[in-house]
Amino acid sequence: MVDPAAKFSIRAFHVHYGQFSALRDLNLEILANEIFTIIGPANSGKTTFLHSLNRLIDLVPASRCRGEISLDGINIRHGLEIESLRRKVGIVFALPLPLPISIFENVVYGLRMQGIRDPRLLNEAVERSLRESYLWEEVKDRLRTPAMNLSGGQQQRLCMARILAGQPDVLLFDEPTSGLDPISTARIEETLLILKKKYTIILVTNNVAQAARVGDRTAFFLMGDMIEVSDTGKMFTTPADQRTSDYITGKFG
Amino acid sequence: MKPMRVRKLKEWLIEKTILLSGIFSVVFVLLIFLFLLREGLSLFRGESVIDFIFGKSWYPISDPPRFGILPLILGSLLVTLGAAAISVPIGIAAALYIAEIAPLRLREALKAGIELLAAIPSVVIGFIGMITLGPWIKNLFNIPTGLTALTGSVTLAFMAMPTIVSIAEDAITAVPRQYREAAIAMGATKWQTTWRIVARAARPGMLAAVMLGIGRVIGETMAVMMVTGNAAIIPTSFLQPVRTLTATIAAEMGESVQGGPHYAALFAIGIVLFVITFLINGVADLYLHRSRR
Repeated sequence: MVDPAAKFSIRAFHVHYGQFSALRDLNLEILANEIFTIIGPANSGKTTFLHSLNRLIDLVPASRCRGEISLDGINIRHGLEIESLRRKVGIVFALPLPLPISIFENVVYGLRMQGIRDPRLLNEAVERSLRESYLWEEVKDRLRTPAMNLSGGQQQRLCMARILAGQPDVLLFDEPTSGLDPISTARIEETLLILKKKYTIILVTNNVAQAARVGDRTAFFLMGDMIEVSDTGKMFTTPADQRTSDYITGKFG
Repeated sequence: MKPMRVRKLKEWLIEKTILLSGIFSVVFVLLIFLFLLREGLSLFRGESVIDFIFGKSWYPISDPPRFGILPLILGSLLVTLGAAAISVPIGIAAALYIAEIAPLRLREALKAGIELLAAIPSVVIGFIGMITLGPWIKNLFNIPTGLTALTGSVTLAFMAMPTIVSIAEDAITAVPRQYREAAIAMGATKWQTTWRIVARAARPGMLAAVMLGIGRVIGETMAVMMVTGNAAIIPTSFLQPVRTLTATIAAEMGESVQGGPHYAALFAIGIVLFVITFLINGVADLYLHRSRR
């Protein structure tokens, strides 16, 4: 049965890269307004899963997907135009990647691509999304300066603002703090906790403690299989599977 | 103790050798410029700079000789602008196609072809321009001669194209893959990504490609001498014979008297060419630095 609160529902989903099986028989529901964290060692299929959700995986020529993913009950392969899917499901990558233009232009990039020209709308979007990503106070006086001059943590929050400007439903984060210092990391985590009131957040992280700090529910992936999924508190106190317990306590991975 | 000192000496030697090579390249440019000045400036003892640059007639062996290079400057300018108008859009579009759209095998084939085009000697291109393009233009426009500024522009566009395509293609390929992913992840289409992100990020490199291509066109001598008709008159249309600065030097240096006014005038043309290329490089540099900041 499909849970009516489910944002994404994933049914019998497989991904192959050529002969290599990257993700096997995944069944999962992701609820609206939760922070769903995914942990697991390298090559366990975490990024593959994220990239399946907004079909970035289509860029890998050898990839083949089987099974079904739907967003709000609509199949993402057949029911939606790929560009509008990607606007609804924004992604923030591991390394902050501002485009080589000004802060303002970075934020409105997606809007300009949609053909929005009205300066009032653009200004509003910039302020709203920079406030949402908690960058506004730091950059409001230098919106026209190059984004490359910002620090790493600021750049990452700028990338968040860039996604938020397009008013998505779901935010995907692929190890968003792996290149940042602890203080910038803390700021991003605070931001996530506030953003979840408006958005559904899926966070892939290599940092087990981060999953415990911000997650509502957590899934553990290993070698293309989802080993277990449960409330984050439960996962970190009484994991059901021995392999989960070993990974969380640092015995491997 | 000893190997340490030997190693330090080696470091020192390498460092100084590199420094010396760097200094040499600058010194050579300066020496060339000084040589040009020494040979060319003597002209201006009997001739004013204004008359030289804005003079409308170039009759170097009449009596008294007249050294006005305006027709030559305009000839060079016309041919260069024409060549740029043809080669820049086609070159950039070709580079975008090769780097972003072409499937891998076609891409390799196209790159090899373009490198081959760059390797054709200019005299061969000039020859082809003279015997095929010239008559074709003559018949097409029904004009008395096919050796015109347009013929020169088309011929030179062929010479600028490989430079523009290969350097622009390198610049486009060098755009980090993550930029493309970020744009596509935001819902951009393939074309929006190519045009708004990739072409924009590669702009400094593409500008350098255009400048180098134009530099090659301005400096080109042999092909242009063969196809432009070499009439030192002020051009009023693309369908007229023109004469360029470079072709003038190449054609007349052999028959001028060393140390005489004609000889000095040809060197003064060299100075003008040097200044033009210097300006183009300067503008390109300025622009590159500005867009990098």
